[in-house]
Amino acid sequence: MIKITNLHASVEGTEILKGINLEIKPGEVHAIMGPNGSGKSTLASVLAGREDYEITEGSIEFLDKDLLDMDIDVRAKEGLFLAFQYPVEIPGVSNVNFLKAAINEKRKYFGQDDISAKEFLTAVKENSALVELDGKLKNRSVNEGFSGGEKKRNDIFQMAMLQPKFAILDETDSGLDIDALQVVAKGVNAMRNDNRSFLIITHYQRLLDYIVPDFVHVLYDGQIVKSGTKELAMEMEEKGYDWIKNN
Amino acid sequence: MQNEEELLHEVTNKEYEYGFETNIESDTIAPGLSEDVVRRISKKKDEPQWLLDWRLKAFAIWKNMKEPEWAHVKYPKPDFQAISYYSAPKPKKELASLDEVDPEILKTMERLGISLEEQKKLTGVAIDFVIDSVSVATSFKEKLGELGIIFCSMSEAIKEHPELVRKYLGTVVPQSDNFYAALNSAVFTDGSFCYIPKGTRCPMELSTYFRINESGTGQFERTMVIADEGSYVSYLEGCTAPQRDENQLHAAVVELIALDNAEIKYSTVQNWYPGDKNGLGGVFNFVTKRGICHKRSKISWTQVETGSAVTWKYPSCILKGDYSIGEFFSVAVTNNYQQADTGTKMIHLGKHTKSTIISKGISSGHSQNSYRGLVQISKNAINSRNFSQCDSLLMTDHCGAHTFPYIEVNNQSSMVEHEATTSKIGEDKIFYCKQRGISEEKAIGLIVNGYAKEVLNKLPMEFAVEAQKLLEISLENSVG
Ligand SMILES: Nc1ncnc2c1ncn2[C@@H]1O[C@H](COP(=O)(O)OP(=O)(O)O)[C@@H](O)[C@H]1O
Ligand SMILES: [Mg+2]
Repeated sequence: MIKITNLHASVEGTEILKGINLEIKPGEVHAIMGPNGSGKSTLASVLAGREDYEITEGSIEFLDKDLLDMDIDVRAKEGLFLAFQYPVEIPGVSNVNFLKAAINEKRKYFGQDDISAKEFLTAVKENSALVELDGKLKNRSVNEGFSGGEKKRNDIFQMAMLQPKFAILDETDSGLDIDALQVVAKGVNAMRNDNRSFLIITHYQRLLDYIVPDFVHVLYDGQIVKSGTKELAMEMEEKGYDWIKNN
Repeated sequence: MQNEEELLHEVTNKEYEYGFETNIESDTIAPGLSEDVVRRISKKKDEPQWLLDWRLKAFAIWKNMKEPEWAHVKYPKPDFQAISYYSAPKPKKELASLDEVDPEILKTMERLGISLEEQKKLTGVAIDFVIDSVSVATSFKEKLGELGIIFCSMSEAIKEHPELVRKYLGTVVPQSDNFYAALNSAVFTDGSFCYIPKGTRCPMELSTYFRINESGTGQFERTMVIADEGSYVSYLEGCTAPQRDENQLHAAVVELIALDNAEIKYSTVQNWYPGDKNGLGGVFNFVTKRGICHKRSKISWTQVETGSAVTWKYPSCILKGDYSIGEFFSVAVTNNYQQADTGTKMIHLGKHTKSTIISKGISSGHSQNSYRGLVQISKNAINSRNFSQCDSLLMTDHCGAHTFPYIEVNNQSSMVEHEATTSKIGEDKIFYCKQRGISEEKAIGLIVNGYAKEVLNKLPMEFAVEAQKLLEISLENSVG
């Protein structure tokens, strides 16, 4: 699915990612853990194509294509999705119109006609039920006035609507209570299949009780310093990040 | 990803979409302005003596006036002696049906997507299409006539309904009001006239498409809408102009009269040629629009302004009657070297009067976008209210947004609220949209339309769609 090789990225001259190597195969769920400031969101942003970051070295292959060569929206159309740590608000643009625009732009990219009203409504109904999104939120402006938890849920709703091939969840669990966390996990688990991969970024092990990863990596100071299976997450939780620092 | 230079290149190379000219033979008075020219205009139009006298009075006033300097706009002052003040398309003969309209004119309408036939059949909108200064096609008149509604060109109104014109002409915008209004009063050639009788609800949106067509001909439209007691009308005005390389002056006057318990909704989508990438050419748009509200009546101005090189325009309300309401909803977009100084005046004279102002400015390129508003509450206008909200959105680092609110409250029981914000279009928002697979252009369109939604929502349905497209076109590739 995606292969990151020796990725170095810096912002305003400061190197943040210092040689990341990571391969995720179709159907795999990888988790990345790490202390605040270790570069988790930076990695997510670089994958999505945010322009604030300069790639100084390395390469990323996505579905056998050069990801770094693609514009942000092309990456998305090709199937890369990022659930944001802090989803933004877009006043005056209804959630539903926003999604319709996104879906149709993607369809256009693949030479397909616009989605029919019926098909769209059916998908909205199914997917909002999946993430238990309050019906009223669908017609409200994108994330405007949503609570933190609603925003996260809305991002997962969008993910379900867009059916990406590869989804990155950046601290989707932060700020969620246990019920909301379970709902989000349910949504993600429902979407897991042999062809879809996930990169779950989290600060805590808690989310991984519900979305069980195939592999866990520890990011520290811009490098993956440890990789393992889900037991590594437990160990991290027990021993704390200081343990990494002292090794 | 494009860098700034590439973006700039693309923005500046985007040509005006409606840039074409119709080939119509014109009957034109040689350039220049004098008392004699005013007389000749009046004579050509076969006007009554009282109107000629009214024009001559306006001309005398204008001669002693100076072009105003206070607006936040810079432009070469028009040479008023270099302008031709009369130009009428020569129809081949009297127009009895559409077939007899100059085919060139019909073609122009089609290119603008305003096929009269289609409009007539499908939308139920009556159109008074003004090319240059003379109306050449008026439809739906009969149907409106049954209700006693008058919707015709100003010239026709002067001939057919002189008592109405004479009673109201200049009562809201007097000849002496300002430099451009005085000029208009002296030389106006045509425009639209609308009268809704007592207690009548006009069953369709009345719509006028203006076009400036004759190179070097300034256009001086005069429009009047009179809503008699307890009546209602929604009036649409939309314009596009052909591309040319010299500045064109447009100094229109619009007067609205809402008698007791009447309501007038006046909506404008304005897309005149804004000038080229260097700011050359383009229409100078100096418009005086004002309405007067009698008891418990209401006037709403809604405007979407994307065109013109220089815009100077303040649709205003005089809230004379007790419990009357004035509203102003505006989206003004400026790009390249466009300059807009627009806003409103709400003059509260009656008791318990209410006004609302929502202004959304969007500036891009090197443009300058100013909001100028006056809220004046007189001593007698007790228990009056105003709410104003003026937002500015900046698309680049080279453009300017300015807000000039003037507030005068002369009694204790009235309340005025003013809110203003300025923001740069959010990189975060654009990134969010693009991450969902939405292209940059479309993302900007979505965000800008979302920003302007409060105002766009006030437009009649079919106009709102057009306006949304216009915003997108006007701002393509404009983030920097
Ligand atoms: N746009 C930016 N400008 C400046 N510094 C940044 C920017 N983005 C991230 N950083 C810095 O990079 C480091 C990693 O940040 P981040 O990727 O957000 O960490 P994490 O998500 O693991 O908490 C931090 O020191 C942060 O301050
Ligand atoms: Mg983070």
